[in-house]
Amino acid sequence: MAFLQVEEIEKRFGRTEVLKGVDFTLEKGEVLAIIGSSGSGKTTLLRCLNFLETPDRGRIVLNGDVLFDASERKKASESDIRRKRLHFGLVFQQFNLFPQYSVRKNITLAVELLNKKLPAQERKSREDIAALGSELLKRVGLGEKMDSYPCELSGGQQQRVAIARALALGPDVLCFDEPTSALDPELTGEVLRVIRELKSSDRTMIVVTHEMEFARGVADKVIFMADGVIEEQGTPQEVFGSPRSEKAKAFLANILK
Amino acid sequence: MSFVDVTLQLLQGFEVTLKLFALTLVFALPLGLVIAFGSMSRWRPLRYLIRTFVWVIRGVPLMLQLFLVFYVPGMVFDAHIFAPTSEGRFTAAVVAFVINYACYFSEIYRGGIEGIPRGQYEAGQVLGMTKREIFFKVVLMQVVKRIIPPMSNEVITLVKDTALARVISVIEIIKVAEQLMSKAIIWPLFYAGLFYLVFVGALTLLFGFIERKLDYYRG
Ligand SMILES: Nc1ncnc2c1ncn2[C@@H]1O[C@H](COP(=O)(O)OP(=O)(O)OP(=O)(O)O)[C@@H](O)[C@H]1O
Ligand SMILES: [Mg+2]
Repeated sequence: MAFLQVEEIEKRFGRTEVLKGVDFTLEKGEVLAIIGSSGSGKTTLLRCLNFLETPDRGRIVLNGDVLFDASERKKASESDIRRKRLHFGLVFQQFNLFPQYSVRKNITLAVELLNKKLPAQERKSREDIAALGSELLKRVGLGEKMDSYPCELSGGQQQRVAIARALALGPDVLCFDEPTSALDPELTGEVLRVIRELKSSDRTMIVVTHEMEFARGVADKVIFMADGVIEEQGTPQEVFGSPRSEKAKAFLANILK
Repeated sequence: MSFVDVTLQLLQGFEVTLKLFALTLVFALPLGLVIAFGSMSRWRPLRYLIRTFVWVIRGVPLMLQLFLVFYVPGMVFDAHIFAPTSEGRFTAAVVAFVINYACYFSEIYRGGIEGIPRGQYEAGQVLGMTKREIFFKVVLMQVVKRIIPPMSNEVITLVKDTALARVISVIEIIKVAEQLMSKAIIWPLFYAGLFYLVFVGALTLLFGFIERKLDYYRG
């Protein structure tokens, strides 16, 4: 059984069907790149995985655990959802850092809050949490920016902080929604490099992106979405090299031009 | 009547002014937040009820509301909730001011809260925070920063609005000056203005200080 199974996810907003049965699996440590034109439902899919939207149909199974099942009658409680969404992390297109906190605090805030809820003997010390913050910041190449505020950083630096923040909770699956789309072209490289370096055997990642070079170079698997369905999926060689669907061919021809 | 006598009398009036001002803030600031949440409620009947209430309170002169609070309960229930003593009048004034200003504050809070981008809430949610944590740890500080300028305006208006309490015979500073005027001395009225001016100056400095304190970040 695959590590992550996303089964027949459907989502509509009012009368617009945005996801019309999205189905894929991912193995642990794999990187999935999702490509597709604007409005095809990529963001909505990531939001469903992160419980920011509730799918109308379908199931999400992680590591054998059913995290979401639309056919279940009982609505999951707030705290249930909170626990489940910790399996996933999300890096937003617009970073969404907390402006009033220093970079370090941005990264450790959620850890501190969760830590408080643990029984006393399992709690991490303040120093451990601070050390985790420093380590993550070094990992994204911002060790010296610990005490800066988000408004003092460039877009690329802010996005790297956002990545460190998402990593702090140790999610099983880390999702990125067009992490470089809000950046000036000269800043995309540093962010993509960080994401590339995160690739490891136990970190599963889903990256929605328009950076085809990146998708081709880093992804183990590529999904092309159009109008709320997966039009094409496979290895980068398959999807980029010999796409079968007409829509995928047209999209790639257009974007690689 | 000597300058010192007038000063002492005006000071007594100004004490009432300051009390009314302070009590209004103490009660209206939190009540305004409650009203703000009501006016943003997802339950429509409550939302409409609260918004209508706010509209009425903001749409009718405060002076009428003072009369209403002080006189109408007595006319309806045939008993004075607010005794026609100086304490009763003062309490009625506090009640009217609190209701009125809570409504104004609620709109400021609402503007501040609604101005926080959705992404801030979602970032908190994705990080496993509870609704409470998101409000208190993520949103609140940003709201405070946003509402300081409109709040400072409103608070300064309140300082001067307290003079309206004289219509139900609360003996605040302007009322004192008016009483002196009836003895044919007019300058105390302008002298009273100086008290307001100094106090508002102090408040302006205070708000400026708070704004600078919160100036360490943008956004
Ligand atoms: N909350 C919502 N309410 C109504 N419609 C929505 C909502 N969110 C998304 N949609 C619609 O769903 C469709 C898919 O949106 P989505 O953001 O998932 O696309 P996308 O593939 O991420 O596009 P892009 O590349 O532009 O980011 C769009 O037509 C959008 O208008
Ligand atoms: Mg999108």
